[in-house]
Amino acid sequence: MTNKNQDLIDQRLQDLNNDGVDRRGFLKCMAWAGTGLVWTMSGGIPASRAFAKSYGKDAGKGGDFSFVQISDSHIGFNKPANPDVTATLQTAINKINAMPHKPDFIIHTGDLSQLSKPSEFDTLDQALKAAAAKQIYFVPGEHDMLTDNGQEYLQRYGKGTKGSGWYSFDHKGVHFVGLVNVANLKAGGMGSLGHEQLEWLEADLKGRPASTPIVLFAHIPLWTIYPDWGWGTDDSEQALSYVKRFGSVTVLNGHIHQILQKIEGKVSFHTAMSTAFPQPAPGTAPSAGPMKVPAGQLQRVLGITDVNYLVSGSSLAIVDSPLGDSSSSASGSGLVVVDSLFG
Amino acid sequence: MTARKIWIAGLATTGMIAFLLLAGAPRVAANNQPSGPSADVKIDNFSFGPQTLTVSVGTTVVWTNRDDIPHTVVSTDGVFKSKVRDTDEKFSYTFTKAGTYPYFCSVHPKMTGKIVVQ
Repeated sequence: MTNKNQDLIDQRLQDLNNDGVDRRGFLKCMAWAGTGLVWTMSGGIPASRAFAKSYGKDAGKGGDFSFVQISDSHIGFNKPANPDVTATLQTAINKINAMPHKPDFIIHTGDLSQLSKPSEFDTLDQALKAAAAKQIYFVPGEHDMLTDNGQEYLQRYGKGTKGSGWYSFDHKGVHFVGLVNVANLKAGGMGSLGHEQLEWLEADLKGRPASTPIVLFAHIPLWTIYPDWGWGTDDSEQALSYVKRFGSVTVLNGHIHQILQKIEGKVSFHTAMSTAFPQPAPGTAPSAGPMKVPAGQLQRVLGITDVNYLVSGSSLAIVDSPLGDSSSSASGSGLVVVDSLFG
Repeated sequence: MTARKIWIAGLATTGMIAFLLLAGAPRVAANNQPSGPSADVKIDNFSFGPQTLTVSVGTTVVWTNRDDIPHTVVSTDGVFKSKVRDTDEKFSYTFTKAGTYPYFCSVHPKMTGKIVVQ
């Protein structure tokens, strides 16, 4: 394993309490191996526990709520890595509908389609109609902007958005910002937000109290994971400088089809599994192309992300679960939970 | 000529054709292509191969996407721009002026290449 990867894996957890004392924990990120431990952060000390003891029972009290992130549906993809991506998306939706606590809404972090074709978007829409949560927020992936500068995507999903599809909204005291980092990409670069969007973001956040929990979501990770594969956003630091003063910031991304997480100060970064096909861990394959897994294993490496906001702890708890049976708890694979407390 | 000699002659011819193809030498284009020379760039594993291709003026370069993921071929200076190319789809462009033409995949901009036209 290279030092670069090791740096990614050794991820520092920090719990900034009101007493001003930094209590630092150290989390060996389990995402690479997906070993199925549940991490809980409390007072800066990570502890593991079984997945089954989830947050479901407590959700729904007071202003608590949850939402679900799905990502990288790639409707239209039909190669051996997953010849039926519509079926696995449907499985994901069934899983969401079967949750003990009902999510208020769903966020799709891009690559809805494989080739930006109207028929692919139609199929996606049809599948999403089965979701019990009727409100779905989207940001585009690069696969959704392949023709006419993303006009097909923007006409369908971009109503009321700015520029290439960015926007913000508030929900029960949490401020959500959907960003687009897949448009107008430059040769040799990675993801890009661009000057206009950055200016908008700065203005959008200005004047909001620092106690407002912030959720940023975008397709390509807003932190540099693996530049050789373009897994990062060239101007993400500029964007993150605008959220530094906030007490709780959660960044949700897709694109890399696997769970990775990093907590840096008050900012928690998280990438989601795909509903379509897995991709290799950074640097472990000749390219980032679709990864073929043995038959029967696919649903263990696809999944959804459940995000719970608990008013009592001012925290966002992120729960990833694979499409396959999640009752395998701590010994199952592809199951990682991070509970980040920023009390 | 004995059977053995025929076999050897055949082998030599095959080897020569393979050599010409590998060397990227100009060869006769298919019927629906322009009549000038052509050369190939393969897209494999999110990279253009060869990354730098040197051709003579009038050459038609044919890019073929052999990945499971769609790519594009876009000139950095706006000279040419393909539509999105899915698996096994091709894009071709005929270079009529000498110069250096950098290009990239606008979907995966880390993928870059260069055509040098002499």
